[in-house]
Amino acid sequence: MSIVKLHVNGTDREVDTDPSTPLLYVLRNDLGLRGPRFGCGLGQCGACTVIVDGAAIRSCTTQVSQVRGQITTLEGLSKDGKLDPLQQAWIDEQVPQCGYCQNGQIMTAKALLGRNPNPTDAQIRTAMEGALCRCMTYYRVQAAIKRVARRETVK
Amino acid sequence: MSLHLPPAIEDAIQTSGLSPSRRNFLKASGALVVSLGVADGAFAADAAVAGPYPDPDFRQLDTWIVIHPDNSATFFVGKTDGGQGTGTAFRQMMCDELDIAYDKTSLIMGRTDTTPDQGGSGGSDAVERDGWPMRRVAAEARRVLLELAGKHFGVPAAQLDARDATITVRSDPAKSVTYAELVGGKRFNVTLTGKNVDTTTGLAEVKPVDKLRVVGQSPQRYDIPAKVDGSLTWAVDMKLPGMVHARNVRPPVAGAVLKSIDESSVAGIPGFVRVVRSGNYVAVICEREEQAIRAARQLKINWQPPATAPFPASDQLFDYMRRATPTSHAEPEIVGDPAAALAGAKLVVEAEYEVPFQGHTAIGPAHALADPSNGQMTIYSNDMKSYGLRNGVAQFLNMPREQVRVAYMDGPQVYGRTAADDAGFEAAFLAHELKRPVRLQWMRNEETAWDTKGPAYVFKLRGGLDAQGKVVALDYDACAVDYNHVGYNEPDTVLIAQLMGRRPKTPAKGAAETPSVQYAIPNLRMTARVVGLPLTWETPLRTGNLRDPNGPQVTFAFESFIDELAAAAKADPVQFRLDLLADSQEDDAFRRARSIAAVQAAAKAYGWEPRPSPARRNTGQNLTGRGIAYTTRNRTIAAVIAEVEVNRQTGRVWAKRLVCAHDCGLVINPEGLRRTVECGMLHALSRALWEEVKFDNEKVTSVDWVSHPSLRHSDTPETIDVVLVNGDPVPDRSDLAPYGAGETSHKPLIAAIANAIHDATGVRLHRPPFRKERVLAALRAANV
Repeated sequence: MSIVKLHVNGTDREVDTDPSTPLLYVLRNDLGLRGPRFGCGLGQCGACTVIVDGAAIRSCTTQVSQVRGQITTLEGLSKDGKLDPLQQAWIDEQVPQCGYCQNGQIMTAKALLGRNPNPTDAQIRTAMEGALCRCMTYYRVQAAIKRVARRETVK
Repeated sequence: MSLHLPPAIEDAIQTSGLSPSRRNFLKASGALVVSLGVADGAFAADAAVAGPYPDPDFRQLDTWIVIHPDNSATFFVGKTDGGQGTGTAFRQMMCDELDIAYDKTSLIMGRTDTTPDQGGSGGSDAVERDGWPMRRVAAEARRVLLELAGKHFGVPAAQLDARDATITVRSDPAKSVTYAELVGGKRFNVTLTGKNVDTTTGLAEVKPVDKLRVVGQSPQRYDIPAKVDGSLTWAVDMKLPGMVHARNVRPPVAGAVLKSIDESSVAGIPGFVRVVRSGNYVAVICEREEQAIRAARQLKINWQPPATAPFPASDQLFDYMRRATPTSHAEPEIVGDPAAALAGAKLVVEAEYEVPFQGHTAIGPAHALADPSNGQMTIYSNDMKSYGLRNGVAQFLNMPREQVRVAYMDGPQVYGRTAADDAGFEAAFLAHELKRPVRLQWMRNEETAWDTKGPAYVFKLRGGLDAQGKVVALDYDACAVDYNHVGYNEPDTVLIAQLMGRRPKTPAKGAAETPSVQYAIPNLRMTARVVGLPLTWETPLRTGNLRDPNGPQVTFAFESFIDELAAAAKADPVQFRLDLLADSQEDDAFRRARSIAAVQAAAKAYGWEPRPSPARRNTGQNLTGRGIAYTTRNRTIAAVIAEVEVNRQTGRVWAKRLVCAHDCGLVINPEGLRRTVECGMLHALSRALWEEVKFDNEKVTSVDWVSHPSLRHSDTPETIDVVLVNGDPVPDRSDLAPYGAGETSHKPLIAAIANAIHDATGVRLHRPPFRKERVLAALRAANV
């Protein structure tokens, strides 16, 4: 065990853990976050996705000691009590069925729009390809992303 | 995490006469202060309630409805919501009957100590069946409130109006009283009647359809905001003081027997607590989750493999099934004289179809937290049948029912008998052994390999056409690998019971199904048989209900074959079906008329131009075609049309457009329904294009999302149209009933894709999934 320093959702945090622990378990079990969650432990489904310095990463296959930079989880997307436009679009579009995977959908989309505010349909499909949903909400996920992208374009 | 409540409400709770469990639950949930969100923290705060946990009395109105001092209401129902928005629908129905605004209500579901036992979910009957007692008890509450108001004003109840939880004297609207002023924070103390929960009723009648205001609107699902901002506490998030983490260790090959465990292989792992073993069931317990995962991987076990292969490899499965001696036959269904009619037919068409095992493979592996505090057992679980889990665990642990409760919480999708059942029993067993709260979650390979499967099928169909291309006979024969089909939460068939050797003498017979034929076919023979695999118990190839358990397989074969008959008759596939429906016998819920309406609505929405299949082929890289399939599920009708592009070079199939015409009677929430219908189709699209459980002759080799692919974003159709049809002969009837919607659109979609591929390419695929390798091989074989 050793002390690992993390910057999560704008706050400096320290945890006493084995440095090889996957980031996912530290976020969930030490820091009490509920956005990222276990889906496969293999980096294949995206349910554990968090954003580190703008890039979507899989927290289930990332060792906690390897993470430098600012970690944003689903909880950290809203600012001053106001939902991120993507989260609002998710509500407007009524995207989730069960919702278990939606952390991965939203965080992957957030990273996409961060680097490309106005993606084409094909770019959305490509960027989201690794975010699996077993309730098959893909059609509405894409619609919600397009809602936000359109708004960006209008601006 | 208890909430600070206004003193007046605290007093109201203390004097309300609610049971301690229910009282604490309400307090902690914030339901008393108009909880519009989700009861965050309620469950942990409630953990101190010592038990026992008697069944809430469904014959008491107070069990179902609480009116709060702030004139809001909480509804308590014995159902669960797997993500189709049934919770929102229940609230809508109850709001209408009670006459209260939707946003002044909250809903608690599926907690065995707090909500009446309506069985949890299953069979897409939440709204169709269980909505009725909810409506009746809400109507009764309104009636009682009107009576109380009548006494309050000294006028007959018939001269009062109820609206937005306020009762007004019709002749003098200045006189009004709120529900809260009448019963807020107090009990109704009204006893209901009914021989069981489904027939629960008071004296009041439910409203006719034209008086419903909230029903038919689309309030947003109340559970979604907390699911997109990360604030919801899911079953997977539950933590309790002193909790430890468990992981299972499964036999490496099916039917292996545990000879010995080398505990020293994990004893040095930090946080190691214990290895628990019973028979062939093994779990490792550690203080932290990642430690338990490591220990489960590292634990050395000496397993003795079985002497004979537990099953054939997946590429031998269908040959095995055709040769296997049946374990049971269904009674043949015979209409007319099919043998003679086939012999006399102008043209006989024959085809065989195969469907592999397909799994639930939930996105979140099965999990549960079990708490043995105070000599009781509380299980936090997303199991869709929380009441069954409670009963099963009580039997399994030999505990009185009253000492066991299940708190249903949100979780990954539960379209039937998932491993959530198994994980609930396992967590409870481990907590019972350790006398500490135990949180268990399965790993991905375990979930994909060991979760229950929808049965594999082989079919043989023969049909006869006369000189006019009319169907004169049809012979359907089905065979399913379904022997020892496991039920829900059975204490002797859950996986841990099997592995411990605590199993019944006689496995369940299982079922091979025949299609729900609405078509008029004068001479018909339908037979179905069940076969088993060599290994009956302790096998990952165990079957259990998966979204309309047999419908997708059976409808794939049957509706593909109808298309083959249409093609042989050189008839348009839509008109061919309409002709078969035209002479159909009328039956329950006007299924014939509603079927015709749905097929026509789908064709119209698609812009279907009549012509026989296959289409005249173009010469480009992508071949385009359309296919229809139609079915009924109980009283719900779905006609789906798929438009596909088949890439001639790669074999890739893309369903570019899907249309579903859907008739489930009275629609409670149109937008919620559309999404359920859409996702039901896409789930079946995944089964059509990707899903197949593969195995060698000793273990399942589908263990993750690479070895077991599922639908992805790139497979998503460009357009999905859901047309909500009301094909009732009297569409505005005052007693129009709602029917189930969770599975019907799922059922015909595989057939629609196969029919569209045939239309595009002229090649008929008889076995899903239609992955590109299989499609390309078929195209090459046909020189397409």
